[in-house]
Amino acid sequence: MIEGILIGLETAFSIKNLMMVMIGCFAGTIIGMLPGLGPMTAIALMIPITYGFEPSTGLILMAGVYYGAVFGGSTSSILINAPGIPGTVATSFDGYPMAQQGKAGKALAIAAYSSFAGGTIAAIFLLVAAPSLSKVSLAFRSPDYFGLMILGLTAVSAFSAKGHFLKAMMMVVLGLMLASVGQDTLSDIPRFTFQNMNLSDGISFVLVVMATFAMSEALTIIFKANDPTRIAKQISLSQLGSIKLDKDETKKMITTIPRSSVLGFIIGVLPGAGSTIASFLAYGMERNFVNDDEKQKFGKGSVNGLAAPETANNAACSGSFVPLLTLGIPGSGTTAVMLGALLGFGIQPGPRLYQTNPEIFWSVIMSMYIGMVILLILNLPLIPYIARVLATPRTFLIPLILFFSVTGIYLMSFNNFDIYMMIGIAVVATILRLYDFPMPPLILAFVLGGLMEENLRRSLLISDGSWSFLWDRPLTFMIMLTILVIIFWQISRMFKAKKN
Amino acid sequence: MKISPSKIISLLFFIFSGFYLYTAHQIQVFTFDENAAFNAKTFPIYLGYAGLILSALYIILPETRPSNVDLTILNYKKTIILVVLMVLYGLTILRLGYFLSTSIFLVLSYIVLGERRWLWIFLLSFPFVAIFMYLLHGLLNIYLRDPFLQYIGIMG
Repeated sequence: MIEGILIGLETAFSIKNLMMVMIGCFAGTIIGMLPGLGPMTAIALMIPITYGFEPSTGLILMAGVYYGAVFGGSTSSILINAPGIPGTVATSFDGYPMAQQGKAGKALAIAAYSSFAGGTIAAIFLLVAAPSLSKVSLAFRSPDYFGLMILGLTAVSAFSAKGHFLKAMMMVVLGLMLASVGQDTLSDIPRFTFQNMNLSDGISFVLVVMATFAMSEALTIIFKANDPTRIAKQISLSQLGSIKLDKDETKKMITTIPRSSVLGFIIGVLPGAGSTIASFLAYGMERNFVNDDEKQKFGKGSVNGLAAPETANNAACSGSFVPLLTLGIPGSGTTAVMLGALLGFGIQPGPRLYQTNPEIFWSVIMSMYIGMVILLILNLPLIPYIARVLATPRTFLIPLILFFSVTGIYLMSFNNFDIYMMIGIAVVATILRLYDFPMPPLILAFVLGGLMEENLRRSLLISDGSWSFLWDRPLTFMIMLTILVIIFWQISRMFKAKKN
Repeated sequence: MKISPSKIISLLFFIFSGFYLYTAHQIQVFTFDENAAFNAKTFPIYLGYAGLILSALYIILPETRPSNVDLTILNYKKTIILVVLMVLYGLTILRLGYFLSTSIFLVLSYIVLGERRWLWIFLLSFPFVAIFMYLLHGLLNIYLRDPFLQYIGIMG
């Protein structure tokens, strides 16, 4: 492990990669700050830029963007009460009241320190957990992988769809259907190509991500006629106040950070849960831990109330890399986008990544930590200036997002068929989003489609066509049982909601 | 009786799944593979059935959390114009080249969205695209086909 860490440090500390972390953190902060544009969009927009890079450099850039976007989301939550991403909604509960009391600088500093501490503790957990889990996951067989993928898709649908479980499951099936277009991997038989040569290689992952996130986000902002930058213009971003914390505030943070980090990391590792659930749970847990006086301050600018979700959401981001790096199965939409990018580089994450590409495995983990440090050193003093991005007029912002999306796909194929297909998918995605059909399950399913079919193929061939492989092994059986529990829990929630 | 838009979307997905399932059955597999436990059409067939079942469930079951969207406040005009501009951008990108088509697309999009600061419109179109192209083509070595710039001799 020490050797691996040294390899990671050597790769991550090269001038080029350090530059990439800095650029990633900076770009991620700016994109994440813009309401409506989250880490998935930020990473998707980076994919075309990483084409010419080495895999480790590309991944380091994306990891930086991821952390930067989460931090940027917190900034807009605190300053204008418009969370850039769902994971920072809980941040606004106490961050925005603090900003209204003239303590915006302090709130941003608490968010930055908490994110740093949460991310650092979680990065240490990741350092320890990932290699151990990699060894354990070597014992996984095809039926277990197939079960894990269904579990991931079910969990993402259950947790990310805000009560729209059936809609999310439909999106899962749609994602798998889109993934099935093109030649069958084993027999090369064309499927759903309708004799169109442009479809024989299947639909590009970048195309689907750009269409369902970047492009459809931009179209949704115009379609709903909401201007996320409008509020930003109304507040004076230059009057943020001091960023220095007093003793009492520091003491409160010291008690909050460790417990929220542990909770955030564990939630992040679970498939589908992610930073949103982690931040809400940490907020609720913190409220139970503090004394009655402090409890009264929750929702009115509590330091604990701000530090807890901020610590947890960053710890969850690190935690979500565990299933991606060790099992090759992303647990969230954002890590699904990263898996797609990895596959684009010709790298299959999984238990063997640790042995076959140690420089990638370790450099990503190391770059996460470097990213945290950069976010703290670089972004905190620059906050008053970066915050001005919030006032970028949408009249410039939207066309630029559309331009980046089209360019991304054009650079891949130099083919206008792909551009038309992307526009078509973006229009459909915009309508679907309008009626709460969530996109993260679709992306996760699209990325996992090929792997899922491959593992089902192996499982069915080994068991001679019998579906008994789902319960023959205790591990597969446990996974399937968990899936059933999630489904029944969702059904019971539906009936309860109907009764109420 | 008023049907909710989500149910209409589910109905469309039901029809789409039916079509997908029909097409999945039409996939030609090798003769020796026809009776195999798994062939090229097995997974798509399962997906087709899953799509049919889930969409049928959504149509049949009562909606617990209906999505309320006020259709009157939606900005159809600007959205449709932007989509048309993107289609035109896709149409011209190969013929006019990347530089001209992208710059024109950006200028028109800014104007459609109501921007009237001409200096900014200019700066964030032609010079911006030129710098972006230099970054991609010149620094990152990513090939960009541009017949217009080749014709006037700027690009090799």
